[in-house]
Amino acid sequence: MPPPRPQPAMTAAIPLAMAIALMAGSAQAGIGFLSPEGPVAALQREQFWRIIVITMIVVVPVLLGVPLLAWRYRHGNARARYAPHWDLSRPLEWVMWLVPAGIVVVLGTFLWQDTHKLDPYRPIAGPTPPLQVQVVGLDWKWLFLYPEQGIATVGELAFPQDRAVSLELTTDTVMQSFMIPQLVGQIYAMPGMRTKLNFAADQTGDFAGFNTQYNGKGFHEQRFAARAMEPAAFDAWVAEVKDQGVPLDAATYARLAGQSTPAEVRKGFGTAGMPEDVTYFSGIAPGLFDGVLGRYMSGRALADAAQPGAPDYHPQTSGE
Amino acid sequence: MSDIAQTGFSFDATPTMHNDDPGKAISGFWLFMMSDLIIFSLFFATYATMLTPMSIAGGPGPKDILELRSAAFETGALLTSTFTFGLASLAIAHGRGRAQAMGWLLVTLALGLVFLGLEGREFARLLDIGAVPQRSGYLSALWGLVPLHGLHVTAGVIWLTILLVQMGTQGVTGRVRAGAARLALFWHFLDLIWIGIFSVVYLGGLA
Amino acid sequence: MTSQELWSLALGRLDVDALDFLKAFYAPSENDDILSGAAWVVILGAVTVVALLTIFRAWRPLFRDWLTSVDHKKIGVMYIVLAMVMLVRGVLEGVVMRAQQADGLTGGFLSANHFGQLFSTHGTIMVLFMAMPFLTGLINIVVPLQIGARDVSFPMLNSVSLGFTTAGAALIMISLVIGEFSTGGWTAYPPYTGRVFQPGVGPDYWLWAVILSGVGSTLTGINFVVTIYKERAPGMGFMQMPMFTWTALCTAIMMIFAMPAVTVSSAMLVLDRYLGFHFFTNDLGGNMMNYANIFWLFGHPEVYILVLPAFGVYSEVASTFSGKRLYGYGSLVAATMVIALLSFTVWLHHFFTMGQSADVNAAFGIATMLIGVPTGVKIYDWMATLFRGRIRFTVPVIYLLAFMMLFVLGGLTGILLANPAVDFQVHNTLFLVAHFHNMLIPGVLFGLFAGYTYWFPKIFGFRLNEVWGRIAAFNWIAGFMLAFFPLYVVGAMGMTRRTMAYAEPAFQIWFHIAGVGAALLTAGLASLCVQLWVSIRNREQTRDIGGDPWDGRTLEWATPSPVPEYNFAVIPRVHSREAFASAKAAGAGYPEPASYADIDLPGPTWTGLVMAIFGTTLGFGLIWYMWWLAALSFAVIAVTLIGRAIRGDRHPRVIPAAEVAAEHRAWLARIRALPAAPRTQERSPANRGMAAPEYRDLRP
Repeated sequence: MPPPRPQPAMTAAIPLAMAIALMAGSAQAGIGFLSPEGPVAALQREQFWRIIVITMIVVVPVLLGVPLLAWRYRHGNARARYAPHWDLSRPLEWVMWLVPAGIVVVLGTFLWQDTHKLDPYRPIAGPTPPLQVQVVGLDWKWLFLYPEQGIATVGELAFPQDRAVSLELTTDTVMQSFMIPQLVGQIYAMPGMRTKLNFAADQTGDFAGFNTQYNGKGFHEQRFAARAMEPAAFDAWVAEVKDQGVPLDAATYARLAGQSTPAEVRKGFGTAGMPEDVTYFSGIAPGLFDGVLGRYMSGRALADAAQPGAPDYHPQTSGE
Repeated sequence: MSDIAQTGFSFDATPTMHNDDPGKAISGFWLFMMSDLIIFSLFFATYATMLTPMSIAGGPGPKDILELRSAAFETGALLTSTFTFGLASLAIAHGRGRAQAMGWLLVTLALGLVFLGLEGREFARLLDIGAVPQRSGYLSALWGLVPLHGLHVTAGVIWLTILLVQMGTQGVTGRVRAGAARLALFWHFLDLIWIGIFSVVYLGGLA
Repeated sequence: MTSQELWSLALGRLDVDALDFLKAFYAPSENDDILSGAAWVVILGAVTVVALLTIFRAWRPLFRDWLTSVDHKKIGVMYIVLAMVMLVRGVLEGVVMRAQQADGLTGGFLSANHFGQLFSTHGTIMVLFMAMPFLTGLINIVVPLQIGARDVSFPMLNSVSLGFTTAGAALIMISLVIGEFSTGGWTAYPPYTGRVFQPGVGPDYWLWAVILSGVGSTLTGINFVVTIYKERAPGMGFMQMPMFTWTALCTAIMMIFAMPAVTVSSAMLVLDRYLGFHFFTNDLGGNMMNYANIFWLFGHPEVYILVLPAFGVYSEVASTFSGKRLYGYGSLVAATMVIALLSFTVWLHHFFTMGQSADVNAAFGIATMLIGVPTGVKIYDWMATLFRGRIRFTVPVIYLLAFMMLFVLGGLTGILLANPAVDFQVHNTLFLVAHFHNMLIPGVLFGLFAGYTYWFPKIFGFRLNEVWGRIAAFNWIAGFMLAFFPLYVVGAMGMTRRTMAYAEPAFQIWFHIAGVGAALLTAGLASLCVQLWVSIRNREQTRDIGGDPWDGRTLEWATPSPVPEYNFAVIPRVHSREAFASAKAAGAGYPEPASYADIDLPGPTWTGLVMAIFGTTLGFGLIWYMWWLAALSFAVIAVTLIGRAIRGDRHPRVIPAAEVAAEHRAWLARIRALPAAPRTQERSPANRGMAAPEYRDLRP
């Protein structure tokens, strides 16, 4: 069998070019955090590319060196030197350990700063206080409660573009994870626990949001639109939700909490004026969010029928 | 590069290892206990995280259900048993005869059974007052940790019984000696774990 | 007692609805046909194996020579056979998922429940029932040979480990036929896998399969640490051990310390599900965050348990096929140990998104990046090993080169994921899926394939077919790149993992590309099967008579191929690292012992087989609430183990010195008659396992 003839430069180019082209491709796609629309995601993208560039110091020598070495020192190449007993070089050892270590020091410094800068619990500074929204994860939709406005929605998270948004999250079922890639990364929502997430949008627009933590057969439908609006449009939107919204009392919430997708919620609860896959609520039962949190901390056992998300869930049982 | 001058390997060694070298079994047993220790550590850690009001969940906490008296007796029984096992080990090591070794092992066995009896009574009392694992995360952690140790002691007691039968029928052979050495390690290990339980669960919980 | 009560006493919660493979008849649907089809494949496969064994009258030899054997090489081969069977299922499941997602814009063809089972079994199988048995098999075969030992320290325990691992794998196969598997992924996070949210048998299959195999792996770890501590040939210090043995030692130590964590998290989940405990439930003070912590305390070291032996294979391959000493031995040993140690300090990076403080996240992020340092050093050490070598492009080398280049890209994305703020964006997306496949396919699977190709002749006495090996390697490498690089893209665009359908049209083209990659991976799998078939058929052309087909450097190549049951006619005394290479360079590669001695060997035992069978029935009984079966199986297991412990090995064998001497002298005579093959003829039929010296003339 003739010896293979790898073209070293080309071999090296394949994975690297593919990887860079792929990443550039996704940056062009206009979705995901590589096309950010808010300050948090923009910083996350910046960090992403910076790490890639710095890490290239150790990656490129391997991508170029491996094919070059393999080609240069192929068995048939009589011109290449052969040193079968050479197995250590002190200076080389220092380079091998210290260069990656130095890069980790640099990256670690950035990491420490960025992690604190992008702490999801840190409110975004701005002229007006952030809009407070409470998020309840349910099987297979997110319920957004606006305590100041007294409204709630499923399938749509609207907010004025000139204000940051401050979320409090929990779930009334299994663990879920909330994310709007173009605005902010994810945070888990867990039963009986309260997590927080802060973000803002640079301009108006619709951005995809979803749950990333698998929670059953409707998981892939657990999507919503995050809508950054002009302040006036937001006020009009609030008025419309108040006007159209169906009352969200305890019994309605109990029915809503069972397994259903946003589309099914719209079908079961919505009225004709509401957008597709979006449901509006008004007249929110007071303390609904804290009630959901507290249910799991009450020290009382919850029957299967009282746990939304369970196959045996029954709305009548949970409406305490 | 000095090794190049040598031949790399040769066939002039005198074999030193045998398949039944008891040293191997002891080493293996140490490693087993290390992995067992990880299991206990994780149950301890879980117990520590479950001492919060959230995990007690309105149910009884350590002060409501635990009693030092019974635990102290259990501790006494187990500590004494580890001492008597030590005497048995000495008897075996110094070749003081089968009777003496078996005598101390029988005392150890009895003390192990006393420990299990006391612990069983303690569990019955907890069940009786409604401190069941189904009540709260804290009680689950308690019922995960303490009976796990109890199960280990039960296994130790069964092993000890088998060892006694072997000793009675075969005498203090090499096999029996090796088994006794491993069981001794196990027994002392369980004693250490119990000291952890007594300190963390009982003394810590009632402090 | 009514008949229904009797029924449920006997069969627990098992009823006819649990029999997937019948659904195609009474409730046909496209998705159910796929499920039923898979079940029928398992059933027919089992029936075929039974039929073939009967036709060829292979039952007796199978039991006598294999299933009851405690020979580490045979146990190793059985581990690898198990791994290969599971690999087939794992790959095909991956392909079905890729096909579903290629069609995901319009909803695809699978039911959501089936898709959930697919990603759960795929992950569980690939990590615990493919990679683990595969590397355990390689370690079993190679380590005792490399350290000049007769066998492992505890041969019977070795067979028990195999038994428990097999029982776990059997449960996963049974779940395809009877009942269903969990949809909770390979991590099985509660509360989703708790009784409230998945009351069926699915999570129970997962739990008992994982617990059984975890026990097996813990015992394997103990066995190999003692073996490497105690059984090394005289003269072999720790710093004379071959690199693969070093990585096996670190992996074995990690097994001892990491496997208990998954045993604990699973045991707690069992208590929750079976007895109503509240470790991880939503109500009454359960705390699912404890599960995440305990599970990943196992889960993170686990990936290094998998990758370290593969690193060991790459070290052996790099040095052997460059005809050169391994560069930076000390560094490689240090790096291996540092990786093993650090791997226990980074578990939290699997859930940066749980809401803990930035300080905690940053600390674990930096610890995670630190692992990149020793890993990078290893890559550079292998490059320095290639430097000034004479590299032969055999199949293991092709895997090695592909691994080095692809693995650094996976390392790069790993550094990205180590940054909490970036992780917030790509956690739980296909970017993460692409990352760990990028580590595990080039890092682990290619290494295992390289090791399989490299050591195959040592066990079976003939080399694997080179052409089909290259075809397979090409398919695996290209297939990997096509199947997983696109996932980085859609992941960065926000496509979540474990997602059967999507609404974003921009994703589709990438899934189509990934689908092509999946097809190539399937071709790679098929090529491996063809390779095995062709190799067996043409085995006379690749016969390895001398035992040293690759101009090997370590002791295993100083033995005949296939290796006799007792490994070495006389236990060697080791004078240097890469002992065989040094001996050959000095012209003393095949010394004749001055004298031979009787060899004691452990006898065959049924213990391991009993563990496999009754471990399976124990798990099955617990899963289906057939308490009598569980109790009976447990009793059989306990009595067998105790009985064995009391009675010891009742059939030890002694091979007389004369017989050993005759065999060994015959082999030496055959070797002397063999023409030495230069490395240019390494892949031709001229290579009969006797290497012509590459560098005798180049002595320093």
